[in-house]
Formats: sequence, structure tokens, C-alpha cells
Amino acid sequence: MSRGFINLEKKKKRLVTRTIILAILAIAIGYTVYGTATKEKVELVAVGSEAPNFTLVDLNGEKHKLSDYRGQGVFLNFWGTWCKPCEKEMPAMNSQYQVFKDLGVQTLAVNIAQTDLEVQNFVDKYDLTFPVVIDKTKSVMTAYNVDNLPATVLIDPDGKVVKITTGEMTEATIASYMELIKPK
Amino acid sequence: MENIICACGHSNPFGTKLCEKCGRPLTEEEKQNKVVDMRYDGTAIRSKTYNKSIVDKIWNFFSSVKVGIALIIITLIAASIGTLLPQEFYVKASDMEKGAYYEDVYGFVGKIYYTLGLSDLYSSWWFQILVGMLAVSIIVASLDRGIPLYKSLKNQRVKRHESFLKRQRIVAEGQITASPEETLSKVEKKMTEMKYIVRRDGSALLAEKGRFSRYGPYINHVGLIIFLTGVMLRLVPGFYVDESIWVREGETRAITGMDGYFIENRDFILETHDNAPQGEQLKQGVNVVAKNFQTDITLYKQPKDAIAGDTENLEKVRDYSIRVNHPLKEEGYALYQMDYRLNELKQMNFQLVNKSTEQSLGKVGIDLTNPKKEYDLGNGVSVKLLVYTPDFSGFENGVPQTATSVPNNPAFLFKMTTPETPKGETSFVAIKQTLEPLGENQYKMKFESVETRDMSGFTIRKDRTIPILFVGGIIFMIGVAIGSYWNHRRLWLQVEPDGHVLMAAHVNKNMFSMKKDLDAVTAFAGLPQYKDQLEPSEEGEESTNRGNTKKEGDNTL
Repeated sequence: MSRGFINLEKKKKRLVTRTIILAILAIAIGYTVYGTATKEKVELVAVGSEAPNFTLVDLNGEKHKLSDYRGQGVFLNFWGTWCKPCEKEMPAMNSQYQVFKDLGVQTLAVNIAQTDLEVQNFVDKYDLTFPVVIDKTKSVMTAYNVDNLPATVLIDPDGKVVKITTGEMTEATIASYMELIKPK
Repeated sequence: MENIICACGHSNPFGTKLCEKCGRPLTEEEKQNKVVDMRYDGTAIRSKTYNKSIVDKIWNFFSSVKVGIALIIITLIAASIGTLLPQEFYVKASDMEKGAYYEDVYGFVGKIYYTLGLSDLYSSWWFQILVGMLAVSIIVASLDRGIPLYKSLKNQRVKRHESFLKRQRIVAEGQITASPEETLSKVEKKMTEMKYIVRRDGSALLAEKGRFSRYGPYINHVGLIIFLTGVMLRLVPGFYVDESIWVREGETRAITGMDGYFIENRDFILETHDNAPQGEQLKQGVNVVAKNFQTDITLYKQPKDAIAGDTENLEKVRDYSIRVNHPLKEEGYALYQMDYRLNELKQMNFQLVNKSTEQSLGKVGIDLTNPKKEYDLGNGVSVKLLVYTPDFSGFENGVPQTATSVPNNPAFLFKMTTPETPKGETSFVAIKQTLEPLGENQYKMKFESVETRDMSGFTIRKDRTIPILFVGGIIFMIGVAIGSYWNHRRLWLQVEPDGHVLMAAHVNKNMFSMKKDLDAVTAFAGLPQYKDQLEPSEEGEESTNRGNTKKEGDNTL
């Protein structure tokens, strides 16, 4: 009878081994499929991770460092003057900035390597009041892996990425996003 | 699932075909066979034995050779479909235009091909799952067969039951006149001479050679799995980078995929052979032949702890000339010269002239990388740049628009102020186009010249999986070689004290050389003539018959 017991033990062991092997293989396949599916998409920085710190200079020569805004939510928008949806959402961003700046939400617009004149003209045209910085070396764009414009990264007061969105936003959407990163 | 107790008393796992200890056939099927199936030496293929839980069922599914072969065929068909039309990766169209591209170039078939996702087949989830299932099948089937086979070969006995020996393909039976001990010793001597490993147990002898060749298929499976793992690792961040960037002359930009590094394009050089076209070159209508594509660059690195956008304290790493086949190599990354674009506009020079007198009031040079708001020409003459669009695409509500940020088609809205026209005149100037939106002007911005710069396209590559792929490939080839060029030969000999001899031999492939060995040992030790049970009997000519047209028993596994 001890033989039967040993057999039972063996069977149990085999079941465990098989389950482990199959599970590892299933995870590997799952990872591969998931990895490929998300590779081609505009995968910016990961949601939930720390937003890469950066420093850029605005049109007035002032430095803006992301980590200096710790404690405030940061509405980080990547844009270019040639990008129509970027242009359309700017006035809405501007008015929502006015609403939320006193509630602890900072808006920062990062222009992708354009000339000062173009950016200044654009800012003047729409009377933009939030800081607009220019990423001359595309360094921040690279760090955030920005591919399509407009791209917006929502960063909470702790410096964590809460949400990433690409494409044009309505004023209501912008308001709800700013609400999302408002300090509690 | 009871164990099978053999007549010799050994307890075999359920599903065993030939007793692990003595080799007696255990199933009815095997008992019927004239020659036993030695593919796995009669061991129980584990999957065939337990089929209770869901895990066992999945396991057994993948363990099946039939399933494995089906998966291989399906994968091959799918992979070949992907070669019918070029994959998206090789198509020069933006993501948005790809569908239209396939329809335009390949018609209705192209449209279907694209719609079904066959144009990006190798990255499709179902193709990857297919390859993944193939990998599972390889692993499970190998474990299920390789481990029992290994155990069985490792623990094999010298003495086997008569019924086992008689069911081998090569059998010899007869009477000898020499003493049993002498015969056994002679066989041992001869077989050892022929590099066999000989073991003896009383009146029994087992000579074996090339056992490792049985593991060839499993070794090549290991190589295959390592290779697939390497391919999979490309998806893990840090293992594989394949990016491309454009850098204009004079520009410094961050290198995509290479954190903290910046590249400055100092000069792009395109050299051509300056010979007069002749011969083939003339026939093919080729005017110039490129000799060299080169970008002189400076590589910079941010100091440690620097953050993105902080370009104040860039440390120079080195100067280098990237040429075709001479990439810049740094920390496992390689930057290749991949593409170039000549003569992008960098500066446009204008003269402010009086339209009637053609008299110039001065020159205005506009640096397109940094246009200024106002150009003061002195003496109360100034030109204001109200609007600059680098890639003018038309007006929208009277406002000039730009399509991109690249100066492909620069356009300017100038306000010219002179002592004669103190209020200023407005002029819109684009290439081959001048508009005076606010009425006739006295002055104009006369186009004079342009300065251009070139642009280099680089590809950034890093592939840490190459050593893994290499190791996998080598192991695979070793496995194939072992399985193909070596074979496992065994000879069993039992000499009873009364001089009765029973000999049997098995080889997993290449029966021809086994027979050569057998002929040698038979002649040397005076053994009875052997018989090939799978060969149609040819009036006792077996030993001399070398014209064996039948395919030799190839049992690769």
C-alpha cells in the first residue's frame, strides 16, 4: 500500500510540475502578444509610473522644471503650430488654465522644436497665459516617447502619470482632466 | 492506472510497451509485432498515460506529435501567406495611407490582404500564438519523450528477455562449438576495438555505441527554444532598440532610444565619382555614382543625474564620421548612416527695393531656424516679420497656414517701413508668389538667394538578443548534426553454457554500417549468421547483399 501512496505523491508532483511549466509558457506567450500589440501604438510613458523629470526654457527665458511643480497637478501638453487639433484645443486649455491655476493645477505646453518667432506669434494670437516652453533638442519629446500630436500627459501632485491622451480634447474633457489631478 | 508487473517481477509504469528491466513485450500489440518499435525504447510516453485533470489534458494535447506536426504545417502556411505581398514594414506609406496604398498597388486583392491584417502578419496576435503553441508543443513533447528515453537508456540491463531480442530487426540464433566464455571475450574484444562500450553480465553481453545520438533531436529542440526566447526578449525593454532620427546640419538633438545622448550634425558629405559616364553606367543612364555618404558628428552625453531638456552641461563624448558600413558604436548602440536629404532651406536673403526705381534699401537675411521679429536696416528703414510659416499650405480665414514645421515652402508676411512709407506696407511673400493684401505697395522684398543645409537620417540599433540567437542557432545545429551523422548502435549477445547463441542488434538509423560492424564481429568470433527481419528473405544472401534498396530504418527520435 505504501507503493500506492508513493504513486499518489508522484502524481501530485507531476501535476504541480506540469502546471508550472504550462503556466510559465502561457505567461511568455501572453507577454509576447501583449508586448507586440502595444509596441506599435503611441505608448508614452507608462501610466502609474513617475513622470520623467525635465527642464525647459519658456519664451520669457524662464526655466520650468517639472519637479518644481511637485504638490501641484501638471497638465503637460505637447504641441506644434502646424498641428490643427493642437491649435483648436489651445483656447479651451487657456480658459481652463485660468480656472484651475488657483486650485493647484499647472498647465505646461511643450512645443516641438519650432522657432521662437512662430511660437511667440502663436502665443500672441491666442493670448496664451500659461507657460509655453520649446523642446529645441526634442529631448523631452524623446523621454516621453511622443509620436503624434497633440499629446497630453496628466501628472498628479506626487509626480505620477495619471493619464495619457492623444488627439484633440474638448473644453469639458480638459476640465475633467484637470479635476483629476487637482490636489486633494 | 495500475502499474504493469512484468513476468520478470519488475513493476513498469502504465503505458510501458517493453519491460524496463528485461524487455519483454507488455502490450498485446507489441506481442503481435514481429519487430518491436524501439523509437523510445519501449518506454511509456507519459502523456498517453494520465488524462484526468484539465492540466493533464492540455499537456497531453501539446505532447502529441500529430498536434506538433499540424502546428508546424499551419505555421508554415501562415508564414508563406505573409510573403505573398510586401509586409507593411517595407511599405513606404504613413500609417493612415497604408490601406489606400495596398488597394492602389495591388487592387482588390491588396484591399482584402490589408483588411484581413495579412499585411502585418508576423506581428499579429494569432501568428504569435501559433508560434508560441509550437514552442509549447516542442517543449512538452520533448519532455514527455526525452526524459523517459534518457532514463531507460541510462538504466538499461545487459540481460534481456528472449522475446525482446527475438523481436529486434537483426536477430541471429544458433549453436557454437567454441566455449561460451571464449566467444563472449572475442566479441568483447572486437566490439571494444570498434569503439563500442561493452558491458557483461554473466552469459549476456551488451555492446553500445553512439548513445548520445539519440539525444540529437532534443538538443536541437533546446536550441530552437533558446532561439525563440531570444526573439521574445526583443520585446523586453533594454534588449532591442531600432529607431531612426533625422538631424539637420548644425542641429543638436536627443537620440531616440539612447537616453541621455545627443548628436550634433556638423556636416553631411556626399561624394560622387567624377568620371565621365561610360560603359554600363552610360547604358543604364546613370549620371553620377556615389562614392561616399558621410556625416561628421559630435556625440554628447548628459552628465549623470541630468534631466531631459537640460542641455547646458553636455559632455562631449567624441567626434566621429559616420559612413555607410562604419556606424558609430557606443555602449552597445550603433548609429548607422541610413538616409540623407540635400539642400533644405536654411536661410533666405531678400533685398528691400523700391518697385519703380529698383533701388535697394538694404539686405534682409532670414535665418529660418531662428527668424527675428524685426530687421532694422538703419535710417528709419525696417522690416518686420509678422508671420512666418515654414511650410505654407494656403490661407484659412486670411491667415497663412503651415502644413509641417519643416521649411519646405517658407512664406512670410512682412511689414516694410521706410521714410517714404512711415505707416508701413504689408507684403506676403512665398516662393514664386507675392501678395499685397492691403493695396499697392511702393516697396517690395526682392528675393535674392538661399542658403541650404543637408539632413542626415540615422538608424539607432541595439540588439542584445544576438548572442542568445547565436547560441540557440549553434545548439540547434549541433543537435541536428548529432542526430544526423551519428547513430546509436547496440548489440545484445547471450551465450548459454550449452553453446546456444542468441544475438540481436538495433540501430536507430544507418543499418548499413551496423551490418558492417556485425559482419566483422560475426566473422571474428564465429557467431551464427544474422537475419534482417524487415528484409524480404532472399535465399540466404542477406550477408552478401549490399544492394539494399529499401530505406533504412530511420528512427530519428
